[in-house]
Amino acid sequence: MSGKSKPKVAVWKFASCDGCQLSLLDCEDELLALTEEIEIANFPEASRAVVKGPYDLSLVEGSITTPDDLSRIQEIRRLSKTLVTIGACATAGGIQALRNFKDIHEFVSIVYASPEFISTLDQSTPISSHIKVDFELRGCPVSKAQLVEVISAYLNQRTPNTPAHSTCVECKRRGTVCVMVAKGTMCLGPVTHAGCDALCPTYNRGCYGCFGPQENPNTISLGDRLREQGADSAEVVRAFRSFNAGAEAFLKESERHEKENQKH
Amino acid sequence: MKKKTRNIKVDYLARVEGEGALHIKIEDDKVSDVKLKIFEPPRFFEAFLRDRDFREAPDITARICGICPVAYQMSAVHAMENALGVKVDGPLRDLRRLIYCGEWIESHALHIYMLHAPDFLGYEDAIRMAKDHKDIVERGLKLKKTGNEIVALLGGREIHPINVRVGGFYKVFSKNDLEPLKENLKWARDAALETVRWTAKFPFQDFEQDYEFVALNHPTEYPFNEGRLVSSKGLDIDVAEYENYFEEEHVEHSNALHSVLKGGGSYFVGPMARFNLNFDRLSPMARQAAEEAGLKGACRNPFQSIIVRSVEVLYACDEALRILESYEKPERPYIEAEPKEGVGFSCTEAPRGILYHRYKIDGDGKILEAKIVPPTSQNQKTIENDLWNFVPKYMDLPQDKLTWQCEQAIRNYDPCISCATHFLKLDIERT
Repeated sequence: MSGKSKPKVAVWKFASCDGCQLSLLDCEDELLALTEEIEIANFPEASRAVVKGPYDLSLVEGSITTPDDLSRIQEIRRLSKTLVTIGACATAGGIQALRNFKDIHEFVSIVYASPEFISTLDQSTPISSHIKVDFELRGCPVSKAQLVEVISAYLNQRTPNTPAHSTCVECKRRGTVCVMVAKGTMCLGPVTHAGCDALCPTYNRGCYGCFGPQENPNTISLGDRLREQGADSAEVVRAFRSFNAGAEAFLKESERHEKENQKH
Repeated sequence: MKKKTRNIKVDYLARVEGEGALHIKIEDDKVSDVKLKIFEPPRFFEAFLRDRDFREAPDITARICGICPVAYQMSAVHAMENALGVKVDGPLRDLRRLIYCGEWIESHALHIYMLHAPDFLGYEDAIRMAKDHKDIVERGLKLKKTGNEIVALLGGREIHPINVRVGGFYKVFSKNDLEPLKENLKWARDAALETVRWTAKFPFQDFEQDYEFVALNHPTEYPFNEGRLVSSKGLDIDVAEYENYFEEEHVEHSNALHSVLKGGGSYFVGPMARFNLNFDRLSPMARQAAEEAGLKGACRNPFQSIIVRSVEVLYACDEALRILESYEKPERPYIEAEPKEGVGFSCTEAPRGILYHRYKIDGDGKILEAKIVPPTSQNQKTIENDLWNFVPKYMDLPQDKLTWQCEQAIRNYDPCISCATHFLKLDIERT
């Protein structure tokens, strides 16, 4: 590596729980090796040292929820050669996108005694609503292994290998008995993007959609099936409206059942 | 005559979880303003918990914090069980202590080695520290990993575990399944003891303060999930009485609410509070290590919190091993909890201190009201007070050194801003 400088990596945070960037520090076995290959140029959660941009790779966590963040994300895009969003907040608006369905003023006044001190937008939106994103890594939280894969892929100028099939396929591959068929448990596995290795069914519970919708999910079919199994429309709305409530496929399906709920 | 102003400003506090800033203003060599600004955007958890099902609270509230999701899950399930009149005992209760041990080890090791120790040794971060102290940083990472292994096995994954539910767990494990945790925990217990000895030798600023410490206190155990709320100045209440004694203030410079003792002002939660109020409940090994490090159950210097955190890691390893030794698989993974109208309260000891939850639910199990008070919003006022008292003592330091030390004074509390927003930016202004 003599004479060649290490690629500069930056980590940025918007509205989020810090969990996805923590995944980087949770790479206990890989972290020191990784820092041999990259320069951590801006990662406030881990370091007070800040190296000026531009950056070769930016990892962005969190959703856009404040007026200041609208302009900050534009600046970060300008400073970043490649920009990857990590986690459900950055890729779909996160759990805080539940505000999109309600009156934000009511929300502010429930939590804060002096709502006039709070500056916030009425919608929580994914990063891709505002700038061009080079790759979106799903999950609430992201998978550590996939995060390392994405970093090494971009450093080696190849496409990350993160399978796009459903959680259902992961379950079949693990040989886990289907919780929906065998026990009638509500499960979003058939429409949820892979990435967690079908964790919940192996722990005797249904998938609740941390990784958001897979490509072309048949959410209508699943929504109907959940109803046939006995879930009421409000339950189905809640199921699609959690950590990826703002992802289009989940959003549409939740609205379909909400309308029905209102009819009754 | 024009006043001489000096500002200490940190626009984006590093090595803390979440987004905050510091602004200190010094006029004619007197501190005239201290603001710990929290610009972390608010996410309104208490608002969107309304109308959700009571069973969803542990999964939803976990998302408040990626560093201590287990704490949120524990406070949520205990509050729901309190509302429903369900009592979880025996091995299920032990498993909850065990997963909490895992989170304490993981969270404390992260703070001790990655976030706080670099301040004492003069490095910008642990990665730079590793260039000179590779073995130490590797020890820290392995210690952290040992905690994460417990959470990942019992909870399914390290961040936002999926296995915790009201009434117990979705899946429980046989004694044999848990056996593999033991070997690393035995290593971790030795490493934690080394950590206590290592941190005890750090250079500490002389900064003892008269705090009111608040923590849970249980008759026989070092507290995780149960106990009365007690303070070093005589408070002794049931958790359900919390809101009678504590209140939240909304200040303009912060997206986090400041929590104060009604009529009493600021107080101090977290490892030092637990340690000072529960010293005799520590395991003999942890107590002895603390005494050898010069702490006999009365630590009043927040810069030494790094030693106390290390003692707690040692305790958590010791306690985890004790639980594993006597563990027998529960007959059922959870106790059925039927919805019923009511209000439930809980306080558990998150790595950073007491975490209060209150829920009101209706007869169908729908959440009508939620209130959550995280540890960092309780410490926020104490952190500001520390800075008011700290800066005058060290006023003669050059600007960059004083700024760094102010940052360190904040990091003493391992603040978690993501939690507190509901909650940080540092500028020190000098006139």
